[in-house]
Amino acid sequence: MRSDVKLDCFGLLCPMPIIKTAEKIKVMKIGEILEVVATDEGIKSDMPAWCKATGQEYLGGEEKEGEYRVFVKKIKD
Amino acid sequence: MEKEKFVEVVFSGDLDKVLAAFILATTAASMGMEVKMFFTFWGLNVLRKKKLTSGKNFLQKMMNFMNKSGADRLPLSKFNMLGMGPAMMKVMMNQAKIPSVPEFIEMAKGLGVKLLVCTTTFGFMGFQKEDFIDGIDEYCGAATYLAEAKEAKVSYFI
Repeated sequence: MRSDVKLDCFGLLCPMPIIKTAEKIKVMKIGEILEVVATDEGIKSDMPAWCKATGQEYLGGEEKEGEYRVFVKKIKD
Repeated sequence: MEKEKFVEVVFSGDLDKVLAAFILATTAASMGMEVKMFFTFWGLNVLRKKKLTSGKNFLQKMMNFMNKSGADRLPLSKFNMLGMGPAMMKVMMNQAKIPSVPEFIEMAKGLGVKLLVCTTTFGFMGFQKEDFIDGIDEYCGAATYLAEAKEAKVSYFI
């Protein structure tokens, strides 16, 4: 999937990937897509939950050998 | 739209419980909630500066000497082992890249989490405002907490 901004959360545990995502989304432009790479499995359910709570769009994720890649589109400020 | 509120009473001064409190507070703030942490009783140790003791009379000074202050000197609720437990815990947290409590305090403040101090504990333990770190948002009582909790979507006692 195409992304505009990448966020490396390798080796970070909950809640750091979510907190870093929130910080990153804040400085992004509307319409841009953020790609978060993490190793903490919690992100699979945490990222959609965060998107639901904050009103951003969760575009889905992929998993490969213990690496999780999730995509979020900023749709509001 | 008005922000949803999340309030916590941080009663415990144990490293493990305080960590849980900060993890939830910072996450809630990241989810766009308005967060207030109300520190009371042993929880005040988190926000106290590192000092040998404090207090106005003999008993308070004795108490506050034993009741160690400082966010990086909190004991564990289990396996404290005279301080060896927390020392090992800190190494493990570092290995897992989990922020320390002092780092969590800074992060929480950066995310707009409000830190409140209970004036009752403050009073009977004989603390003074100089005993606390900078950046305390409010010194208040139970009514302030309850008024906030009434409006909050989520409220916890830790």
